[in-house]
Amino acid sequence: MASTVTDAADDAAPSPVTPRRRKHRVGRLTRGEKIVVLVMLAIPVIVDLAFVWGPALASVFLSFFKWSGIGGLALRHCRAPGGLLPDNGCFIGGDNYTQAATNYPPFWPAVEHNVIWLVVFIVFATPLGMLFAVVIDRGIKGSRIYQSALFLPVMLSLALIGIMWEFVYSPNYGLINTLTGHNTNGNLVDWLGDPHLNLWAVLVEATWRQAGYVMVLYLAGLKAADPLLREAATVDGANAWQTFWRVIFPTLKPINIVILVVTVIESLRAFDLVYITNRGSNGLEMLSVLVTNNIVGETSRIGFGSALGVVLLVISLVPISIFLYQNFKRKAER
Amino acid sequence: MTAAAVSERVRPARASGTGRARVGRILSYVLMIGATVLWITPIVFTLYVSLRPYSETSKLGYVSLPRSLTFDNYRQAWTQSDMLHFFLNSVAITVPAVILTLFFASLVAFVVAKVNIKINVALLIVFTAGNLLPQQVIITPLYRLYLLIPVPGFLSESGLLYNSIIGLVAINVAFQLGFCVFVLSNFMRTVPDEMYEAAVVDGASLWTRYWRLTMPLCRPALAALATLLTTWIYNDFFWAITLIETGSRRPVTSALANLQGQFVSNQNLIAAAAMMVAIPTLVVYVLLQRQFISGLTLGSTKG
Repeated sequence: MASTVTDAADDAAPSPVTPRRRKHRVGRLTRGEKIVVLVMLAIPVIVDLAFVWGPALASVFLSFFKWSGIGGLALRHCRAPGGLLPDNGCFIGGDNYTQAATNYPPFWPAVEHNVIWLVVFIVFATPLGMLFAVVIDRGIKGSRIYQSALFLPVMLSLALIGIMWEFVYSPNYGLINTLTGHNTNGNLVDWLGDPHLNLWAVLVEATWRQAGYVMVLYLAGLKAADPLLREAATVDGANAWQTFWRVIFPTLKPINIVILVVTVIESLRAFDLVYITNRGSNGLEMLSVLVTNNIVGETSRIGFGSALGVVLLVISLVPISIFLYQNFKRKAER
Repeated sequence: MTAAAVSERVRPARASGTGRARVGRILSYVLMIGATVLWITPIVFTLYVSLRPYSETSKLGYVSLPRSLTFDNYRQAWTQSDMLHFFLNSVAITVPAVILTLFFASLVAFVVAKVNIKINVALLIVFTAGNLLPQQVIITPLYRLYLLIPVPGFLSESGLLYNSIIGLVAINVAFQLGFCVFVLSNFMRTVPDEMYEAAVVDGASLWTRYWRLTMPLCRPALAALATLLTTWIYNDFFWAITLIETGSRRPVTSALANLQGQFVSNQNLIAAAAMMVAIPTLVVYVLLQRQFISGLTLGSTKG
């Protein structure tokens, strides 16, 4: 597997003193070349730091402050509560985090929904996508048609998907209720309105898209798998099931990790579908929606919103680290 | 994992292999045909709703045989919602964002992959990890930042990065850079180093090696990424919802949220609007599906 991968890190291995032969890099950079490199890197690095990493760090910083976004921000402790006007723009320590966990009703439901989202992706969407990939890869008749159909939702925006599915779920006119006879006023099933149902209904939409995505990634992995492996396994008398799980699957490890990482990150990012459905309320609370609720609108609580963002940041660092470790470890080994 | 090591753990095939194979094949067809039908149903159903007159569906419901089909909903949705305007916003954001992302990403990728500097790996990690962050981690400070940064009036009516097309281009570029740097640097590493050595002997400068040697070789990867980025940025909902105030500057995907409110009493118009918004991605799907998929998989298999 690793043979198709060229090195990321070989040049950075700490070996500058020993006059080891450099594999390719053309010797040392001249002064002029250094300037060219600097110019090449300057704008993208500044953009990345200013718009991605700067705000990420600022999130951590702001999460220890109480700030409505109006007026300045000062490095002083907040006054004890109870004055005429609530204090603003001041250091509040870990209070935002305590508030979120103990005094913010949507917080724990949102955490629960994010976890459910992740679990459904892992135990349902991913295996489904994998199953599609394996069946298509075995080359049954019409496989191109199946592949195209299953992949179609991946092209559509999640906002659009949310709108399309409203026609399927609509209580009075929708496809499901009409076909199952639940469309009269006595026995309506309000798929997207009922807080006990709507998360599952939206997860069907999310799975509908995610499975196609997973399928495409696995298909690429399966195509890259050495056909000799499969042949050898067949010669040795393995059936299709055994060949897949014992021979092919282990070679798919890099893809499995990519899919795991993508799945966790997508579950944390989940926003568009619930926002378009009902703005992430009434059974569809997600951490991502809570963050945005606290910055946009009249009751903006910048510090508090940042604290919720930091919760997401900390969780997301786990899959990000796994991904980086898997990628750069493999390269450093060589 | 070698085949020899595997064979010890694999039991010999059963004698009745053919019968089971046939059952397996039939199950495969049932699964795939069933899934295909389920997968296209929501899209086809939306299309169907969009083609039916409101007067008819309000009486008969959506699930009924059509008396007449019409493009009237499309015409109405198009004119009543000023959709052309929102489409042009999308173009004004997507086109520069895709070009800038690819250009900047290729610069970084070239340095990371083909120039010997000490911070190579650190650079790659910074860019790659940045792309994996959930957008909501950075949105709060970013929102404040956008309210602080002034932009000359001819670029933004608001005079700020907030609520401006250029602001949306900036965040899309910044956020997509990581993925493209990752994919392109992996791709560039597959270019044989001998080519660069030869180029140096011929007196090619660093810039020439980037622009005249590397970039033409990267055309397949650039094409795949361009397809992917166009779709992703066109489909973006989150940045536009948060960084553009409700109103005329939103791109079309996020404007759908407004249309939903505007057409709340006539769902057929929403269906028509949704189908129109889907058209550009469906064109990509039909014409460039291969490019799109290779872009997606470049990121996962070569990494």
